[in-house]
Amino acid sequence: MSVIENRPKIYEGSRIPSPIPTAVLVDPEKHALEDILTINFGPNHPSTHGVLRLVVDLDGEMVAGISAVIGYLHTGFEKTMEQKTWWKCITYPERIDYVSFQVNELAFVLAIEKLLGIEVPRKATWMRMCLSELTRIHSHLVWLGTSALELGAISMFWYTFDDRDTTLDLFEMVCGTRMHTRYFQAGGLAEDIPEGFYAQAREWCKKMPKAIDEYEAILDRNAIWLKRTKGIGLLSADDAIALGQSGPVLRASGVNWDLRKNMPYLAYDEVSFDVPVFPEGDVYARYRVHMEEMRESVRIVSQCLDRLEEMRGEPWIADDRKVVLPPREELHTSMESLIHHFKIVTEGYMVPEGEVYQCVESPRGEFGVYVVSDGGPKPWRVKFRAPSFVALQATATCMTDAAIADMIAIVGSLDGVMGEVDR
Amino acid sequence: MTTYDGVPGLVETTGSHGETTLVVDAARIVEACTYLREELGFNFLSDLTPTDYLGWGSRGVSGYIGTPAGRDMHGPGTQGLARVPDAKPKRFAVNYHALRLADDPVRVRLQAWLDDGEEIDSVVPVWPTADWFEREAWDMFGIVFRGHPNLVRILMEDDWEGHPLRKDYPIGGEPVRFSGAE
Repeated sequence: MSVIENRPKIYEGSRIPSPIPTAVLVDPEKHALEDILTINFGPNHPSTHGVLRLVVDLDGEMVAGISAVIGYLHTGFEKTMEQKTWWKCITYPERIDYVSFQVNELAFVLAIEKLLGIEVPRKATWMRMCLSELTRIHSHLVWLGTSALELGAISMFWYTFDDRDTTLDLFEMVCGTRMHTRYFQAGGLAEDIPEGFYAQAREWCKKMPKAIDEYEAILDRNAIWLKRTKGIGLLSADDAIALGQSGPVLRASGVNWDLRKNMPYLAYDEVSFDVPVFPEGDVYARYRVHMEEMRESVRIVSQCLDRLEEMRGEPWIADDRKVVLPPREELHTSMESLIHHFKIVTEGYMVPEGEVYQCVESPRGEFGVYVVSDGGPKPWRVKFRAPSFVALQATATCMTDAAIADMIAIVGSLDGVMGEVDR
Repeated sequence: MTTYDGVPGLVETTGSHGETTLVVDAARIVEACTYLREELGFNFLSDLTPTDYLGWGSRGVSGYIGTPAGRDMHGPGTQGLARVPDAKPKRFAVNYHALRLADDPVRVRLQAWLDDGEEIDSVVPVWPTADWFEREAWDMFGIVFRGHPNLVRILMEDDWEGHPLRKDYPIGGEPVRFSGAE
């Protein structure tokens, strides 16, 4: 275990290089000596979590220079959304980060509701919280499985994806689809919660903490895992804040910051949970944060289930016929309902003029939506503040004094989802 | 309660939907951002993004469904705009969403207005995280950030023509590369 002790300890202050904080550049004189080997890492490499390209200058095994090149997955979501009505746009945020679909949808729906000034029933609020936390666990499971896989622990991948599957079963039960559910609507939820959901979710809540213990048992005493994660990819608290990091990366650098606690939305101020914070700032600390967060999320889910079960029979969506689709059964008997339905589906609802920035704590950090409306049925401008986009900016700082083999662990620990980075 | 009266170049302060917007003089944006970070403790830049207001409030831009010869959503009998939105001072707004990451968290939006072709100073020295945000803003809107260390395209290809998120950049307007015509 001597290798671990020789690793650098977390540093204080900042080492963001200048003039470009997001790249480490090699001295041109050194380049001229022809000792530096420049290689392309990606864009088609299985451990880049999509299509990330890193241009790496190698001095032997050590990384001397690095810069990230992104944009390979750019699909113009923001431009497309300007051409769609608000309620059709709800499907887009889910697809930019396909791993934390429900949380992204939540941010956008909250932004619309902020502009509309619509009151949401409490049942919808609690169900949104419940599904958000399920998404967080789903996302962390995918992260854990793939990150461990990249460092050679292939069995983790099978275990976590098995549990991910049972998590998605819950989504399927509620929403009809396993991912990209479009279950949150402006005003509440698309459908009532099915009766069988509670029992199945409770069973899941009972099983999950045990499963997380088992993951830890596999990884926490694995010498290879420890050697490849401890003391690697250091990021100080100052640098993390300066580079705009959020979520697990920020909390693994010792900053106690979680939007659910510090600037609560939904009903996060009514549930009890802890925010895991680790001061080491390395890959291992990020792993620890992810593990503890899953435990806390299970706690929140079971508290949500307790509250939701008391709300049986309550409305799940606001009763505002200018925004919310009328109940399906009314369409056969009521002319007004039919007209409203037709209007909302064809023209969309009008969202009052204004601009809002709405952010939520996604599994990757602060996911923000900035929307501008001109009072019409389509957004004037939509901008996503993607936590992965920002996280990748920290690659260069994290990679200071790292070896090429550490790159896999470090890029994995920053948890970038390229769909969200490139949008 | 945070007061923003001392922000350099402050033009006006507006509040809506529980959010504060500070409109500042674009020429003094770095001063204003430095003041926010140093004096008021806004140590965290959440987001930086421009908005293009070309055609804001005019016909056929938003609130419009159908073909150009089709229905006019501003006319009577439809759900068209209830009112024409307030005019904007210039074409582009650059929005800086700053956050005080502390025990008493506050968010504020800084807004600077630019016409097409006008430049604005880079805030990378104030908040390093602005690096990629400003590159994206240049890439998508063609706004030049003076003093940015590496202002090149980030999402589009290096040889891309035009800036896709501008309102005058048509959807489906990119050239077709492999049409089979050759």
